[in-house]
Amino acid sequence: MLTFALRRLLLAIPTLLFISLVIFLLLEASPGDPLGDVPLTVPPEVKARMREALGLGQAWYIRYVLWLKQFFWVEPLYWFDQAFGTDFSQGMQRVISFQSRQPVFDIIAERLPQTLTVVGMSYLAGILIAIPIGILSAYRQYSWFDQLGTFVSMVGFSLPTFFTGVVFIIVFGIRLQWFPSIYDTTHRVTDWDSFVFQVRQMAMPVAVLALYNAAQISRFMRASMLDNLRQDYVRTARAKGLSERVVVLKHVLRNSLIPVVTVIALGLPVVFGGALITEQVFKVNGIGQLLILAIHANDIPMVLTLTFIFAILIVGFTLIADLAYGILDPRIRYD
Amino acid sequence: MKLKTLMMGAVATAAMAPAAFAERGSDGQVNIIMWQAPSTMNMYLSGGTKDVIAASMVLEPLARFTPEGEVVAWLAAEVPSVENGGISEDLRSVTWKLKPGVKWSDGTALTSADVVFTADYCMSPEGGCAQLAKFEGVESVEAVDDLTVRVTFTTPRPDPFSAFVSGQAPIIQKAQFENCIGEAAPTCTEENFNPIGTGPFRVTEFRTNDVITFEANPEYRDPDKPAFATLVMKGGGDPASAARSVLETGEFDYAWNTQLAPDVLQGMEAKGMGKVSAAFGSLIERLEVNMTDPSSSLPEGERSTLKHPHPILSDANVRKALSMAIDRQLLTEIGYGSAGKPTCNLIPAPEAWASDNTECLTQDIEGAKALLDQAGWVPGADGIREKDGKRLSLLYQTSVNAVRQDFQALIKQWWQEIGVETELKVIDASVYFGGDPGSPDTFQRFYADIEMLANFFEGGNPEPYLAQRTCNKAPGPDSQWQGENINRFCDEGYDKMIAELSGIVDPAERGEMGQRLNDMLTKDSHSIIPLVYRGTASAHSNTLGGVQLNAWDTELWNVADWYRVKE
Amino acid sequence: MTEPRGQQVEESVSNAAAPGAEALPPDDPVAAGAPSRSQWRDIWHQFRNHRGAMLALVIFLGIILFVGIGPWLWTIDATYVDYRARNQGFTLAHPLGTDQLGRDILARMMTGGRVSIAVGLVAMAIALTLGSAIGVLSGYFRRLDAPLMRLTELFLALPLLPLLLLMVTLFREPLSQRLGAGGGVFLLIVTAIGVTSWMQTARIVRGDVLGLKEREFILAAKSIGTPAPRMILRHVLPNVISPIMVAATLGIATAIITESSLSFLGLGFPPDFPTWGRLLYDAVDQMQMYPWRVILPGAFISLTVLSVNYIGDGLRDAMDPRIRGR
Repeated sequence: MLTFALRRLLLAIPTLLFISLVIFLLLEASPGDPLGDVPLTVPPEVKARMREALGLGQAWYIRYVLWLKQFFWVEPLYWFDQAFGTDFSQGMQRVISFQSRQPVFDIIAERLPQTLTVVGMSYLAGILIAIPIGILSAYRQYSWFDQLGTFVSMVGFSLPTFFTGVVFIIVFGIRLQWFPSIYDTTHRVTDWDSFVFQVRQMAMPVAVLALYNAAQISRFMRASMLDNLRQDYVRTARAKGLSERVVVLKHVLRNSLIPVVTVIALGLPVVFGGALITEQVFKVNGIGQLLILAIHANDIPMVLTLTFIFAILIVGFTLIADLAYGILDPRIRYD
Repeated sequence: MKLKTLMMGAVATAAMAPAAFAERGSDGQVNIIMWQAPSTMNMYLSGGTKDVIAASMVLEPLARFTPEGEVVAWLAAEVPSVENGGISEDLRSVTWKLKPGVKWSDGTALTSADVVFTADYCMSPEGGCAQLAKFEGVESVEAVDDLTVRVTFTTPRPDPFSAFVSGQAPIIQKAQFENCIGEAAPTCTEENFNPIGTGPFRVTEFRTNDVITFEANPEYRDPDKPAFATLVMKGGGDPASAARSVLETGEFDYAWNTQLAPDVLQGMEAKGMGKVSAAFGSLIERLEVNMTDPSSSLPEGERSTLKHPHPILSDANVRKALSMAIDRQLLTEIGYGSAGKPTCNLIPAPEAWASDNTECLTQDIEGAKALLDQAGWVPGADGIREKDGKRLSLLYQTSVNAVRQDFQALIKQWWQEIGVETELKVIDASVYFGGDPGSPDTFQRFYADIEMLANFFEGGNPEPYLAQRTCNKAPGPDSQWQGENINRFCDEGYDKMIAELSGIVDPAERGEMGQRLNDMLTKDSHSIIPLVYRGTASAHSNTLGGVQLNAWDTELWNVADWYRVKE
Repeated sequence: MTEPRGQQVEESVSNAAAPGAEALPPDDPVAAGAPSRSQWRDIWHQFRNHRGAMLALVIFLGIILFVGIGPWLWTIDATYVDYRARNQGFTLAHPLGTDQLGRDILARMMTGGRVSIAVGLVAMAIALTLGSAIGVLSGYFRRLDAPLMRLTELFLALPLLPLLLLMVTLFREPLSQRLGAGGGVFLLIVTAIGVTSWMQTARIVRGDVLGLKEREFILAAKSIGTPAPRMILRHVLPNVISPIMVAATLGIATAIITESSLSFLGLGFPPDFPTWGRLLYDAVDQMQMYPWRVILPGAFISLTVLSVNYIGDGLRDAMDPRIRGR
């Protein structure tokens, strides 16, 4: 297991480098221009100058290598400096966003808290709701509970968040005035009242996203449980006189979790990536909104850095999921 | 003079609302929502409207444009003119005198050195300044004394109000930006986000593309202003949610650019919490008619270039018929409501330049049909007109936008009625307006027969805007498709008149000439088919007083005068 | 053909392998008692007993008829603008009212549904085929595992929007010329959605196959020399059908919604092609004044997804010999 993990980690390095190259080339090749946002009143000659100032005059491979250097050398040095008060990175250019000319990592650091709280919380809530629902609706297949669960989760999944979000705002924000419709990112939790406010402003985006996540995970959970409940080993376990509780929650659940773990692990990088539409609807302005704005503005350093971090997380969580298979199912061997 | 009228206006509004006499910071906080979030406070590096608006509360120019499009002194003591000696007789230099006693928010005094530095900053060749066009033709900027600056131009300039005028070209502090000139400009994150300014507010926290918090500038020149102690500018979302947060939930006081369907806005306004108002500048929604052949059967590099005239649209009668078939009144009603007016002109303002061309305002489907019949375009078996084996079939493209798609559907139908087949195409705005020379879908490439977009000019001088339509400015492969003559209109007479115009000084004569040029592009040739004169619409809550929209300068130009209406 | 996954050690080899081999008569005593020997008839028989699935099938067929035949019966053109009849409620002339330009909403729902259902089904099919193929191959053949999984990671990491923009720029014009505006865009969109949404299915299937590979019935089949293609089609694939089914139902919903966001980005169908997703998106701003304009497309999308889901459930149950006849 350990050698397997180590080998995979080593293999991850060329994989990630390759991924970064592909992403870079994709961004280069796709149409659009970092100056798309500049009004039409700015004449072409001035735009040409601005492009030059962004460093777009250089050949693509030079810019790619420059980014690699900034990402893998300058940024770690900078963090080292920050941590130990040294000045190795003095005078070196960090990865800079085209839109704001601010170091990309500073913006990410600014955005991460709200994304992690809102999207992370909704994911957690989604899992916590989905797994019991999945278990129960499989165990009592075609009961009214199962039917209701299926209905709600299917409707929840098939309605896009740009719709459910607005419905929530109209009902709870405008009609009932329970929750604020706009998320305040500058809010700090210092005492009970501010905590209550934080909960109130998180309620709607978390609910919308949790509904969507729970719908998906509970379907996979239910399907997987159903498959296992019909197995002969379940009959055997019952025949041996094991309590129903032990049969379902120990034997069946453990076997059923394998595909669900994949779904959950693959979803985790998404938590970091934020929720494009929901963040937009509630103005949470997290990583998701950052990425979508950067893509629209063709902010190549920003998009490249974000998607690359995303790729690292994906590769990492895939590995974790693979290791989890081994733990959940001892018969799967990696050698 | 102009300043006086303005001040009288301010006094008049103040008299109506006693709250305006309150002292600085007595009205608490004002919340502004911008659905496009500002990404920097230095408009010299960005040029995006959203950034200019945010920065205009901190950085101020020497003079501004009023909502009527007139120039008023702002940091300058008076507007220079030939009469007061501010503009030299040969029109080659302007002398600005600064208001005495103006202080930066760090307490130091504003001097002519700051003005000179601002010009150096923007004109530095490596800086990539977005407002460089404002400084075009400037030969030198020099400080005469501490409060006097002289700007010299390379050629005589009848209209010198571009450098240091309007929210796009304000004064930045030399002491702060001294080390940020040229190549270093992008690295000055702290300076770009927290500029020291002379305006009513200063930045306390800047979060890129998210929230900016401001507080009243303690050094602001009017001791009673601004009435608000803090100002929060939140970004993100879409126009509908921004309007909703002002008009329906009341969480925000002011929402920028709430361009929505008129009935949706009316529904929101019915709540009685606020209203939407519009200001008109020079923004015209129009159809550009491709005068060259965009056919994909031509070799790459010759498509949509002056080499091949358009097989159908070169016929002036067809262009005229297309224009006649459109009901501009209805388009305006459906798409813009009170934030739009039907128009036949490319230059809607200033008054001296606006042609009295109103012929197109009434739809004439029958007339259009007759015209096409006369020109030899006869309906074929399926009702689509043909001539010499050419089908009257057009590709009509625009950017993704709900209103524009409604316009496409309506216009397609009208053209159908006169026997013209239309294929519709939409392109993501960031690609369409992006200007990437490698993309076939930019509006400059114009690989379509008709395209729809809106454009405007800044300041009170439409001359450069009209000058964009000369033959040599047509986009093409050799200019990396960067020209401004989008429809490839090419007329020697027009080019000659443009050359003449730059030599004329008399305002009335210039206006008259401008009207003729406008008519050549619209009424006479129908190479541009104007549809709607668009205003910029913004929503504000009923408890916010002093709001005066301005389409010629930045919307928040008079934020210092805003106050809370007491119930 | 579902063979439940968690075969245990106690189970006899013959019993485990049998349900995987379709051609053999089922040795499940209950099913074996049925008069017919045809397996599909058995499945249909079982399926009919599943009330939810039958209802769903009727609804689904109803929707297909509505969008398929509807436009012939209700002949108003979905793109015809009648601006004198704007924003009408439910009237005889327009049973579902008209939109802000006076276009008939009933007609728009029908034509829109055609496109949406076609996009949903085809894109889902592409994604499933790709996903299951890659998942099975990489789970089954150790040598293919690493490269295929790295490919999956690459696709997961790629930012979708620039990828789609690039695809549209490169292929929209050539395809439109060859297949006409509608056909070209359709092909482009289903490929774009299919090619960018197979990864999750692949990962899940692979995980299942990895576990399955160590089961006794697979080992047994291997020991009698079953060739790999046969192993995969007969023994492996039928055993991973249920996560694939779930992915399929979720996939249809995602494809319909993705199509709407594509057209919102100008990457989808030309604006005069209504689709359910687009109708829903366009009506969100007017939700408070004209709630029906949102409810209708929303309800149709949900109904389609729900019915496909129930049909999937019914099929899976019907194909499971273990519970057939229960």
